[in-house]
Amino acid sequence: MAKKGRVKLVKPDWCKTCGICIEVCPVEVLELGQDRIKIVYPENCVGCENCELSCPDFVLKVVDENEE
Amino acid sequence: MAEDINRYLRQDKLPHIWCPGCGHGTIMANMLRGFARSRLDQDKTVVVSGIGCSGRATGYLDFDTLHVTHGRALTFATGIKMANPELTVIVVTGDGDGAAIGGNHLIHACRRNIDIKVVLFNNSIYGMTAGQFSPMTPTGATATTAPYGNIDQNFDLCELTRSAGATFVARGAAQQPRQLIKIFEKGFAHRGLTFIEAITQCPVNYGRRNKLGGARDMLNWQKEHIINQTKYESLAAEERQDKIPSGILYQDKREEYTERYEKVIASARGSEN
Amino acid sequence: MKNKAGDKIKENQARIMLLQGDEAVVEGGLVAGASFFAGYPITPASEIAEGFAEKLPALGGKFIQMEDEIASMGCVIGASLAGEKAITATSGPGFSLKQENLGLGIMVEAPCVVVNVQRVGPSTGLPTSPSQGDVMQARWGTHGDHPIIALSPSTVKETIDLTIKSFNMAEKYRIPVILLLDEIVGHMREKVRIPSAAEVEIVERKRPRPEDREEFNPYQETEDHIPPMPDYGQGFRYHSTGLFHDKTGFPRGKSEDARLLMDRLMAKIDENLDDIILLEDDLKGDEEVVVLSYGSTARSAISAVTRARQEGLKAGWVKLMTVWPFAEDYVARLADRVKEIVVPELNRGQLIGEVERAACGQAGISGIHRYDGTIIPPDEILDKIKEVS
Repeated sequence: MAKKGRVKLVKPDWCKTCGICIEVCPVEVLELGQDRIKIVYPENCVGCENCELSCPDFVLKVVDENEE
Repeated sequence: MAEDINRYLRQDKLPHIWCPGCGHGTIMANMLRGFARSRLDQDKTVVVSGIGCSGRATGYLDFDTLHVTHGRALTFATGIKMANPELTVIVVTGDGDGAAIGGNHLIHACRRNIDIKVVLFNNSIYGMTAGQFSPMTPTGATATTAPYGNIDQNFDLCELTRSAGATFVARGAAQQPRQLIKIFEKGFAHRGLTFIEAITQCPVNYGRRNKLGGARDMLNWQKEHIINQTKYESLAAEERQDKIPSGILYQDKREEYTERYEKVIASARGSEN
Repeated sequence: MKNKAGDKIKENQARIMLLQGDEAVVEGGLVAGASFFAGYPITPASEIAEGFAEKLPALGGKFIQMEDEIASMGCVIGASLAGEKAITATSGPGFSLKQENLGLGIMVEAPCVVVNVQRVGPSTGLPTSPSQGDVMQARWGTHGDHPIIALSPSTVKETIDLTIKSFNMAEKYRIPVILLLDEIVGHMREKVRIPSAAEVEIVERKRPRPEDREEFNPYQETEDHIPPMPDYGQGFRYHSTGLFHDKTGFPRGKSEDARLLMDRLMAKIDENLDDIILLEDDLKGDEEVVVLSYGSTARSAISAVTRARQEGLKAGWVKLMTVWPFAEDYVARLADRVKEIVVPELNRGQLIGEVERAACGQAGISGIHRYDGTIIPPDEILDKIKEVS
């Protein structure tokens, strides 16, 4: 588990808006958009990687806070 | 940081065809994370799959991959492993493909203890053909071919494969990705028939028909009902009724099949001289 | 190049042995470089499995007895893709079970040999009696249009030769080749000379070069329609599927791609008929009646024709060693110049339909059919020659 990280949409086009990432997120970072997930409160991300590990479509990746 | 799985995926074949909320992608991704941790050689790994939703996995995986007839992936995998024991051979199958039409091959591969990693995506239904009951559909559940409720008894595949001779038996679920990664990492490192049942949700053809809600509800069902083996064993018999144990359920060392055949070769050569 | 059994056998000397046809499949296979056998016990083909079980490991090859016939076929295709020269053997009931995976083998273009020692069917039939009842199944047993090669020997010597040819054609054309024995040839013993591998042509599949890994298309159209095939584990990371696919190996549902693939699979065979169609004939040029046969029936046919000639009849014989693809052009030319073609077969009439189609009314066609597990004796064929002369 990353100490502090930041979630990124690495493959936004692959999102099928199933909402699993929202379900497994312990804080409030993500929201369902029209055709893909949206990162609405990135500052809340604790870097737990639940979303990345649960996403069935390889859309999300949690990176180091400092990483671009 | 979680392992990067992109090097194991054929990027140009994605996004995959699995439905929104289907757990197959989660299982496959965590299988790849386990593979990354195992440090096995990507070029020396062959993945074989059969027919059904699970069968489509091979199209996305950047290895030597073979997509074969319904239920027969293990037979092709056996030929590959026997031919070249240096290869890591993985079979991706489903509850219909692996437990119904391919059930006989499954028990015989276990009996031989041949070093093949069998990953069975169990979504309790025939998803690709839109919702017929499988040998893993719970008794009483509804399916298109069981409109009045399924009267069949479902298998416990982990008990079955263990009895048949598998030397690594584990069960994980899409809801528990960290446990899955560990199971895969350990399973890929095991030498002998490795059986991993990965429970996954089919919201479209199983959940909806059985009023289990969407993918998120089905994951919550997994959270409630699939519990670690240690915890499971601490429960009283009546408390276990609606629970399913997960984790590495069994592991043992027994001589592997291709190693035994090497001895046949040695002995045949000896008797020839 | 991986060919463990073949490399070893090359050191072997030619030798003379008394063998039955089933054993000749083993000996011929080893000369051709067979390195892998998977099978399931069945009469009258079990001797083939037994022979490979004994001989392959000493040569570094592999034998495995699978849980059923379907598994054996899958196993052989898997071994082939991993680089082995692989073979399985069965009889009618097992041949039926193998058909779906046989189709997969054709689709992924896996070289391998499938032996069917024919017995009387349908169903369990007459397990220890000869038949030529699987000729049409060899052609059309798996579903859908598809190419196929099927060879059929009439003697133990021919069994050795045609087993070697089966492997060679499988490797050359990337296709499963069916070797159709019948119970007579399978169990009959004859004195034969087994050649050394150095004396005969041994074909190995085309393999790509390691530098071809970049931009590798495993099902690319080529001049000869046969794409090079890597062994698993060589870093090509390619995909094969029973679904219609394009040159990349990945499924494509488009009609255009489906047609291109089917046309290429068929062209591999259709453009090489001269190489694939093997037959022998004994024709003087003045024949009125020609007996066309294959497999053990050809033995009776040759004997009958020899006697007919002694009696002054203008008769000749043709023995097909390649049953599929059918020698259509040859039969058409033959029909143009003879009065009658006699086709004896141990079935109710299977290949005779192909003969009729090729002859196109230019010659009379008469069949002699036995389907009760007994052979067609030379007398019966001689009577027919006299009747139609």
